[in-house]
Amino acid sequence: MLRIRRFEERCAQLYQAEKIRGFLHLYIGEEAVAVGVMEALRPDDAVVATYREHGHALARGMDPRSIMAEMYGKVEGCSRGRGGSMHLFDAATRFYGGNAIVGGGLPIAVGLALADRLEGRQRVTAVFFGEGAVAEGEFHEAMNLAALWHLPVLFCCENNLYAMGTALARSESQTRVTLKAASYEMPAWEVDGMDVLAVEQAARTAAEAVRSGGGPHFLEFRTYRFRAHSMFDPELYRSKDEVEKWKERDPIALLEERLTADGILNDEKRIAMEAEVAEEVEGAVAFAEAGTWEPVEELTRFVYSEVGG
Amino acid sequence: MMTEVLTETRTMTYREAIREAIRDAMQQDDRVFLMGEDVGRYGGCYAVSKGLLEEFGPERVRDTPLSEAAFVGAGIGAALGGMRPIVEVMTVNFSLLALDQIVNNAALYLHMSGGQFNVPLVIRMATGAGHQVGAQHSHSLEGWYAHIPGIRVVTPATVEDARWMLPTALADPDPVIIFEHSGLYNSEGELPEPGGPVDIVRSQVRRSGSDVSLITYGGSLPKALGAADELATVGVSAEVLDLRVLRPIDTEAILASVGRTHHAVIVDEGWKTAGISAEIAACIAERAVWDLDAPIRRVCSAEVPIPYSRHMEEAALPRVSAIVAAAREITG
Repeated sequence: MLRIRRFEERCAQLYQAEKIRGFLHLYIGEEAVAVGVMEALRPDDAVVATYREHGHALARGMDPRSIMAEMYGKVEGCSRGRGGSMHLFDAATRFYGGNAIVGGGLPIAVGLALADRLEGRQRVTAVFFGEGAVAEGEFHEAMNLAALWHLPVLFCCENNLYAMGTALARSESQTRVTLKAASYEMPAWEVDGMDVLAVEQAARTAAEAVRSGGGPHFLEFRTYRFRAHSMFDPELYRSKDEVEKWKERDPIALLEERLTADGILNDEKRIAMEAEVAEEVEGAVAFAEAGTWEPVEELTRFVYSEVGG
Repeated sequence: MMTEVLTETRTMTYREAIREAIRDAMQQDDRVFLMGEDVGRYGGCYAVSKGLLEEFGPERVRDTPLSEAAFVGAGIGAALGGMRPIVEVMTVNFSLLALDQIVNNAALYLHMSGGQFNVPLVIRMATGAGHQVGAQHSHSLEGWYAHIPGIRVVTPATVEDARWMLPTALADPDPVIIFEHSGLYNSEGELPEPGGPVDIVRSQVRRSGSDVSLITYGGSLPKALGAADELATVGVSAEVLDLRVLRPIDTEAILASVGRTHHAVIVDEGWKTAGISAEIAACIAERAVWDLDAPIRRVCSAEVPIPYSRHMEEAALPRVSAIVAAAREITG
């Protein structure tokens, strides 16, 4: 969580310095969700994420250097600089993006799970999406198909209360997201998304149920985005008080308190951890800085596969 | 060294050819499966997949809910997961419900992932008018798909292409959309034996001629061939070029044909405005305008939704008489 936090804080600085361009959606405040769920997955499971996916990519084990280089648009980036912040991909960790169409990743997750079913593999596909996605037709179509075919999908709804600037109650006639899942006969649980241990426990239970043939499961993580939607968001739709109130439940601080109380974490260890993360983040920045630009001559590569090349 | 090539032929319909292609592919490769609305128990809305459920079972011939975005997206996911799905969408009109998945995912994944994730997916769908089924079942939107880099768009117009484009499409590492004109399903043709996979890259001259090129594809090919027959009776030798592939388009074949005949008539059941016929005309104008002895002519659908009543539907669609008139006008 700390790695994600510091990595993204650095990203925000680099955005101000115009090293990173385009859209940049920070996950700060929501780290416990990605970290807790990834802990419950195995290396050969698959992950489909959204455009706010730096945290998922890092938690999944992708190299921070390749992620930072991608944000710089360098060819050393995980998507060769073709994708940017919203389109991180990594075949090695089965990380299938980075999808910037809200709800668009859900049918793909259903298909990945279908492939596993047809091939008899005991794998899980975890798909992340915000609560805004539940208004999309693709959400409902994908939920229905996964449930109908009893496919091994773990649906992870990150309910941070706002679809960009639209509060859930302003866009949904039914604001209990889990009821939508329940209507597809899918087990659905509400989880405290600020408590990484609760997230991990719920994800582990659900993932093992999915893996052992229990069909798709749905987890709604109650969480909150501390930062703006993107770097262009003046945050007119929520009060500062509300943000400050949620910050009292900062997932990193919560875990630190608990670990300190349990005698697992102390100042010395905390400082060492901060130093380790800082080194890693600066290493990623240095890697991205030293990276190269893909030659323009390669512009038309990867429109179609390079067969036999 | 072969001294003699024995060529036998079989007669079959376009529909039977596609069915045989699917069956053959499923027999040869366990990764291939078929999914779509009513492909199983119903046998396919155009009866293409009739009998396949009984042969391969419900895991590999999958009836889907009416949810184009979900099952096309699931096809993409399954392709990413190592399968070779054939997804049937009833008609191109319904495929608009899956446009997000096709355009934003299937076409983009390879490029957006820096070459990591290709999508070996085949999508088949019916297109075209001619059956009085009204505006929401009759449009020819393949030109829209041809607009999108990252997908291949093929339009089998002959029984041989219906039979043998599919294995090539399935072997392709990238998404291929096969447009089957609904007016062709009952058409019969000769299938050379033994046959084999055909390319999905090149256009093909279906009839040689020297006076005018009739450039067309899909359901308009029989009309163009009919027009060529009529034109022959009045002394105009028409070459008929079957594009076969709309993306990436075989520009060289178009230019070569126009280079031979110096006259071009483009026949397309889509609309003229911003359609594939406009692309072909632009391609000729950009690279072969000095080869032309007369302006390019286009015979396309009228710029209206396709109406129900027969006489109005006929009036909206390209007709043999219109092709003949266009060719005579510019060669006369």
